[in-house]
Amino acid sequence: MNIGLFVPCYVDALFPEVAIATLELLEGLGIDVGYPADQTCCGQPMANSGCQPESAATEAHFAACFRDFETVVGPSGSCVHHVRFHLDATEQTSEVVRVRRAVRELVEFLHDDLKVGAFPRARFPHKVGLHDSCTAIRGLGHCRSSEHPTRPAFSKTRDLLAKVEGLALVEIDRPDECCGFGGSFCVTDEAVSSKMGEDRVRDFHRHGAEYIASADMSCLLHMKGIIDRLGLPLKVIHVAQILNGGPA
Amino acid sequence: MSRPVDAAANAALFIADPAHQETHDRLVWGMRQHRDKAVAAIPEWERLRDLASKLKEHTLTHLDRYLEQFEANATKRGAQVHWARDAAEHNEIVAQIFLDRGARRIVKSKSMLQEECGMMPYLAGRGLEVVESDLGERIQQLDHEGPSHIFVPAIHKLRTDVAALFAKNLGTDPDDSEPHHLAEAMRQNARPKFLRADAGMTGANFAVAETGGFVVCTNEGNADIGATLPKLHVASVGIEKLVPRARDLGVFVRLLARSGLGSAMTQYTSHFHGPKPGGELHIVLVDNTRSARLGSPEFWEVLKCIRCGACMNTCPVYRRSGGLAYGATYSGPIGVILDPGFDHRKYGELPFHSTLCGSCTEVCPVKIDVSGQIAKWRRVIASEGLMAPGESIGMKALGATLAHPATFHAAEAIGLAAIAHLPRAVVDNPLNPWTKHREMPTPPAETFRSWHERNRGGA
Ligand code: SF4
Repeated sequence: MNIGLFVPCYVDALFPEVAIATLELLEGLGIDVGYPADQTCCGQPMANSGCQPESAATEAHFAACFRDFETVVGPSGSCVHHVRFHLDATEQTSEVVRVRRAVRELVEFLHDDLKVGAFPRARFPHKVGLHDSCTAIRGLGHCRSSEHPTRPAFSKTRDLLAKVEGLALVEIDRPDECCGFGGSFCVTDEAVSSKMGEDRVRDFHRHGAEYIASADMSCLLHMKGIIDRLGLPLKVIHVAQILNGGPA
Repeated sequence: MSRPVDAAANAALFIADPAHQETHDRLVWGMRQHRDKAVAAIPEWERLRDLASKLKEHTLTHLDRYLEQFEANATKRGAQVHWARDAAEHNEIVAQIFLDRGARRIVKSKSMLQEECGMMPYLAGRGLEVVESDLGERIQQLDHEGPSHIFVPAIHKLRTDVAALFAKNLGTDPDDSEPHHLAEAMRQNARPKFLRADAGMTGANFAVAETGGFVVCTNEGNADIGATLPKLHVASVGIEKLVPRARDLGVFVRLLARSGLGSAMTQYTSHFHGPKPGGELHIVLVDNTRSARLGSPEFWEVLKCIRCGACMNTCPVYRRSGGLAYGATYSGPIGVILDPGFDHRKYGELPFHSTLCGSCTEVCPVKIDVSGQIAKWRRVIASEGLMAPGESIGMKALGATLAHPATFHAAEAIGLAAIAHLPRAVVDNPLNPWTKHREMPTPPAETFRSWHERNRGGA
């Protein structure tokens, strides 16, 4: 399989360890992974703010970077969600349409496409609270959201984490409440954003979590900023790092 | 020109008062939890939502026909039907009905449409005395505030606030905030006003084309007081409230109370068909931007809304902000997608007062893509140059940087170096909203790109 690694801009700049874990995890599964070094961003920050003209060139560049890959995998639900559903500021050439269809979020790729049965390297003897991002839950369908109690329950991320030796998931009061990051919302609406984040991390802390795990580093970036400010004994970790055998 | 509402700043003030904010969040989240329980007990819930959505779509695409049918049937039953193009026309029609008949004292049941039209101050200006009969709405009236939630208008207030307000207005004990005592004090104060009212006013939750009747849902039965005690009843009905047949009501009534409060039914579901014997019934059908929305390929679906409030209860931003932060008749997600339609400039920032988490879309009983509508409004506001200036300049610069790998990688290096080397006093200044309640991330030694180059020999 011809796989391209999509490393979102903020992961490249701030969380290289998440991209490294993603790369090593995929390589460990016997996959040949290509990394276009010219990639920058998917255009979400601008498009999310309603700025279509400002995101067009970035989106076109994204598509050009990945045009030669059969499948594109990225460790970030919100970026993948943008590419799949909203990358429409640039002209929808057949190449752009193909790249949009080819993009997969890491959890769905491991769970739905590769149907990985075991992660032999993964051992994580900790109490972990799972934070699914809103775009992963309601946009990509990673799990049943709490708004739909009559639909059958499932969770792809939980299925993957269940294969990790020693890991114990803790349940919290509001399983899928938004953490308040919200892209530029985190600065334009600083007070609400921080309060949401604070309520969220306290929910995990109250239930004895040592780690907050997520497949979306942007939520974790925001929550880590709050954890550090509050001085709570909590750590954040990307699901890719857990599946790849724990933090480096 | 009206000044833009700054919901973010208003919300910050609400959050700075933890007693109010945290109670608000807890109570409103409680309604969402009740909703989940009620929904879980209805295995066919998703089919009901589907049906409701299709019924609304059908009605809205044949609205002219159903409105005419409603008018004909309501008239046959002896009601007088009026048409109002906008808020001003609505208010004039209503005032004229009262003035022509010498009605001076009006008892009214909560109606968001009448709020939307600014009816209360208008009627007061024409010398009419209007008293709210809904407890929450009466509290808001005494405090000179609008409703902060579409069906629990005073949910942002603590019991102690109400005790203080009643002490000032009704002469009760300021230290007694026992809910039964407060409700009783209000009952004693309001009952004489109800008994001597010359006319009653209501809104309508649904109007039925086939019968010419309409339905008002309340939890206190207060609509019945206004509609049955005095001889004159005036009902304001938004033109989007139509449903084709009486049997369609079953679908909507089942969805409405469960979505909003989590109860199987509202306590009172009152049906009105024509005037009471010897009485008069006036129905004012109001457009006020609705037909313009109906003509908009992007925004017509908001007219499906049945005003259940579920999207507000689930909204994490609304729960932290309080409804008054939105500075508009409608708050929460439904407000975010309704308000800019009344005034782009004044309400242009509201669509940005959302994380687009999408929960509103999932709870909506008539399947409005609420968060999708919010995103569409962002595009409209941004393209009209109505975004906050700082942000729109920032987005241009960001777009220019991210489109070019060389610029991006240079900016990245500069940004990382800045975080690493600037003293905390510089990063931690009031102009950096990130650090007000959050620490900056610790910059890594190198980007993934340069790690990859070193470890995998480039692309
Ligand atoms: S948009 Fe949907 S959820 Fe919100 S008030 Fe209207 S019907 Fe209810």
